[in-house]
Amino acid sequence: MRFGFVMGEIGHGLRRNVSMVISVILVTFISLTFVGTASLLQLQIGQMKNYWYDRAQVAVYLCTEVSPGDVCPQGEASADLRATIEEKLQSPVLKPYIKEYFFENHQQAFDKFQEQFAGNSVAKYVSPNQLNETFWVSLKDPSKSLIITESFSGVAGVEEVRDQRTYLDQIFSILNAASIAAVGIASLMLVSAALLISTTIRLSAFSRRREIGIMRLVGASNFYIQLPFILEGVVAATIGSALAAGAVLSVVQFFVQGYLAAKLPFTSFVTLADGFLVAPALIGAGILLSAIASGFAIRRYLRI
Amino acid sequence: MIRIENVTKQYKGSSRPALNKVSLEIEKGDFVFLVGASGSGKSSLMRLMLREDIPTSGSVHVMGENLVAIPSRRIPFFRRKLGVVFQDFRLLPSKTVAQNVAFSLEVIGKSQGFIQEAVPDVLAMVGLEGKADRLPGELSGGEQQRVALARAIVNKPAVLLADEPTGNLDPATSEGIMALLERINLAGTTVVMATHDRGIVDRLQKRVVEMRDGEIFRDQKSAGYIKTQTDSHPVQSWNLAADQSWSLGGDN
Repeated sequence: MRFGFVMGEIGHGLRRNVSMVISVILVTFISLTFVGTASLLQLQIGQMKNYWYDRAQVAVYLCTEVSPGDVCPQGEASADLRATIEEKLQSPVLKPYIKEYFFENHQQAFDKFQEQFAGNSVAKYVSPNQLNETFWVSLKDPSKSLIITESFSGVAGVEEVRDQRTYLDQIFSILNAASIAAVGIASLMLVSAALLISTTIRLSAFSRRREIGIMRLVGASNFYIQLPFILEGVVAATIGSALAAGAVLSVVQFFVQGYLAAKLPFTSFVTLADGFLVAPALIGAGILLSAIASGFAIRRYLRI
Repeated sequence: MIRIENVTKQYKGSSRPALNKVSLEIEKGDFVFLVGASGSGKSSLMRLMLREDIPTSGSVHVMGENLVAIPSRRIPFFRRKLGVVFQDFRLLPSKTVAQNVAFSLEVIGKSQGFIQEAVPDVLAMVGLEGKADRLPGELSGGEQQRVALARAIVNKPAVLLADEPTGNLDPATSEGIMALLERINLAGTTVVMATHDRGIVDRLQKRVVEMRDGEIFRDQKSAGYIKTQTDSHPVQSWNLAADQSWSLGGDN
């Protein structure tokens, strides 16, 4: 096997169908960028789940004077009812599951509300009495929130029990759907990339049919005849996937770390380390895809 | 060297077989003309010997290889022991004469050192010493066929298959090519040549296998293009003289 000869053949082939090679590069670039972004999004979801699920609390909202009558027939929860609820939180049944809890009274709730909705006109119409007094419960295992929900739902003086994770789950399912959509688009594009590669190889084989004919006659092995073509597809796709890897890394570096992380300082985002996990996988996928596509094409169009 | 037994070749969509129970044996060192009208089965037979195709039934053995049963990965190695030339030369127009010959060695993995030695040798043998750096387009038809011959024999094949090698050449140029083929044959290579060139066949008085409608119509030693009752031939006397000058390697 003469390395220089094979390399020369590849260079020759790549130059001969420049436009097809460029389209292969672009299609693999874009499709693998989608794949890479989707996998980063998945990593991001995983990271956010870890971060937020640990911090998610269960809120036990107590009745206020404006609570609907059917859940809070007695109106504002009395100090007695409040004490009963707190007692229950400290009971041996629930205590093992609870890491800590704290009580938020009307004024604290009001202050928090004013802070959150500062500048919003709704802040002006709210009075402390309208806002629920709340027991914020942190669990040792956030996934066991059902225990709290079941223990306090329907208890006198409790308006509602709410697991914060239900809010998070909505956000995550949106992100999840986005990443699935990205993978869906990416896989369609990967199919077209594979077809493009095999068309390119076919063209390339056609434009070199003289050489191929002579190679067959003089007894060049199948491997020797096919290798330049397969490598041609692989080289084009590798350039595309390297570009995709670069794009994914720069998205992490400049958009996520440079922009999002600065805007949202309390959220943990994917880092360059995650990017370096995804990038080689993209290049590997590109090489594998193109090798299979061109190998398949060559088998169909270059029978010995 | 070549043994074809009871070979039938039926192409799809054709009612008559291209080859019908053909048997033929060619010994080492033979020089055989394969003659016959177009469609008589010459090309089908050549394709079988090259393992471009396999027969519908029967067996083909070339250089000890059973070409019906040979696994496809061994076909290239079989073809390395075989030389082929065609009517249309099949040279690469973008490569020089030397590069064309070198290409056939490069693609079977020969070392650069071997190529640098073998290519000038074989070009000298076919009489193209000064033309190594010319492009095929700058050469005459006869010279192009010499390049093709050089490429076919550079690997010292045991069998040379020539499919109408003089089909595109004028008679004078053809003689030069035939002289070369004879010299290759004298060096021990078995030569099988399919041809329509009556003059050449008549003059050389070699073994002639005539095909007609997919069958071997005659197989005669030292014969001419047309069937004769005896081996003797009216033009044999001057033919012998011409033969001698060719085998000395004289050019046209």
